[in-house]
Amino acid sequence: MSTATASPWNRFRESFLWYSFKRDKIAIVSFVVFVLIVAAGYLAPWLAPQNPYDLAQINIMNSELPPIWMEGADPAFPLGTDAQGRDLLSTILYGTRVSLLIGFGAVLLQSLLGILFGLLAGYMGGRVDSILMRVADVQLSFSTLMVAIIVGAVFKASFGNLMFGEIAVYMLILIIGVAEWPQIARTVRASVLAEKKKEYVEAARVMGFRTNRIMFRHILPNTLSPIFVIGTVQIANAIISEAALSFLGLGMPETQPSLGSLIKSGFDYIQSGSWWITLIPGLMLVVLVLVINLLGDWLRDVMNPRLYKG
Amino acid sequence: MAPLLDVKNLDVRFAVRGGDLTALRGISFSLDKGERLGLVGESGAGKSVAAFSILRLIAQPGYIAGGEVLFEGRNLATMSEKELRRIRGNRIAMIFQDPMMTLNPVLTIGTQMVEALKAHRRISTRAAREIALNKLQKVYIPSPEKRLDQYPHELSGGMRQRVIIAIALLLDPEIIIADEPTTALDVTIQAEIMALLLELCEQENVALMLITHDLGVVSQVTQRMLVMYSGRIIEQGPTREIINDAQHPYTQGLINALPQMGEPGRRLYQIPGSMPSLKNVPSGCPFHPRCQYATGLCSQEMPEYVRSGNVDVACHEVRKLIDEEKQLQEMSS
Repeated sequence: MSTATASPWNRFRESFLWYSFKRDKIAIVSFVVFVLIVAAGYLAPWLAPQNPYDLAQINIMNSELPPIWMEGADPAFPLGTDAQGRDLLSTILYGTRVSLLIGFGAVLLQSLLGILFGLLAGYMGGRVDSILMRVADVQLSFSTLMVAIIVGAVFKASFGNLMFGEIAVYMLILIIGVAEWPQIARTVRASVLAEKKKEYVEAARVMGFRTNRIMFRHILPNTLSPIFVIGTVQIANAIISEAALSFLGLGMPETQPSLGSLIKSGFDYIQSGSWWITLIPGLMLVVLVLVINLLGDWLRDVMNPRLYKG
Repeated sequence: MAPLLDVKNLDVRFAVRGGDLTALRGISFSLDKGERLGLVGESGAGKSVAAFSILRLIAQPGYIAGGEVLFEGRNLATMSEKELRRIRGNRIAMIFQDPMMTLNPVLTIGTQMVEALKAHRRISTRAAREIALNKLQKVYIPSPEKRLDQYPHELSGGMRQRVIIAIALLLDPEIIIADEPTTALDVTIQAEIMALLLELCEQENVALMLITHDLGVVSQVTQRMLVMYSGRIIEQGPTREIINDAQHPYTQGLINALPQMGEPGRRLYQIPGSMPSLKNVPSGCPFHPRCQYATGLCSQEMPEYVRSGNVDVACHEVRKLIDEEKQLQEMSS
């Protein structure tokens, strides 16, 4: 029982979430690393020694310099440079920023679509449910990447490379977001089906509330915990999808580095000895995705009442 | 004066595979302002269906097949959904069985109360909180200010039912329909909650429709009662008359089955058999297979209502008794 002032902060400190977080070392480490990466990405324009978007700062003569601990390195480029002479540290910082932006953006879009359609399908039932869920089934029967590749290729062809480069971030958010909404819609629908039979929903109807209000104000908050868990894992998935698309040349153009397009740009030089151009952004990607997935696992354990009671 | 709520010949059916099941057959009763009415019957008799169909909230395969539900002269059975929403919660409130389930677990008590007020009235949040606090005080909840910011899981069962009563009273309704409001609570709290409900209904002059298994509660709280069996009202009239001198064999059976009617150390009385399923309702009087007085007529013809004193009863045997009595009176006079 909370006896002291019930401010949101105090409520949080007394919550099970905080309690289990304090006791889980993996969660703490993952969270710290995740926050560091997000901060680094967000603060990239201030942290990075060089702006990879500014062509005036790049000198092709500096290309393929190794990281600082190897012979022939230039101390101005701590992680070396890529084939165009861009400072790898700066490009990774900027790339992380783009990757995270796409990851969060895509999941935001997915959640909006997924929650809306999932709620509608679950609460309305009947024909609405059938139509929405069949659409989701059809979409799930294609691989996400395939849908993304087709849509990406069509857009790239119709906009042209230059134009596509300018709107690439938004396009990727749109493609990945639309391609993955059924995951969230199905989860939401399943919990809505369970929730709507409960008496408080009936009580809300007896109170004379509107359907919209019952759906969004009364049922939605009760279905949020699985959405949080899936949403976390989906951020990692979206980042991987973005990297895969970029690696295939359908994602971010090389002039606007994301982690995926960095890996791709270095891939051609891996045989010629410049392994760092691919490996270091690759490591960054692995760490980022791993950390998010670990956080997701922890959230799932905390928020699943069947797991934590037993 | 016309009654506040007048249900006439209400028929409710459930559309299932293989035809309709009749859940309510020609239900008629009325409720005056400030009156307290008990609705009694075994599980499956159609008590809750009756309550829900008044507000037209029967679950999907169910529908109102005929009859009228007149509230202040307006028919709720044919009203538009929008108009109906203005009556639900606002003019007719409902209290459910399980206080653990009727409150939304993720919203604070205050939020839920303020929301209910704002759905029906145009008032500021501050004014709504003021009203909510006032109602919580009326149901004698200790430290009501604190409760407003608490979640349902922080309250005990009895306290939650008090909150639910406060929510039902929130918009000063004309009628409260209470569907077994104390079944989920433990015995000491049951009495407290019933006393509270009674007190508030008297104080605010609210009509109460009490659905319950408990004849003891009905006899203490209500002025009139209905006894339902298999979707039909079989006895209806002033509570005292029915409890003291039940006419219908089923009502007699219910009263005899009360623990306080049995002798210590002896088995309690049971009505033999169980409520028929809606899928095969017996012909004639639906109670005849379980009735010790049943005759051939009972299995063929549905009995009409007869009046005995102030009570309406649907039973062939009671009719016979009344007719005989009349003949005796005529002969003697």
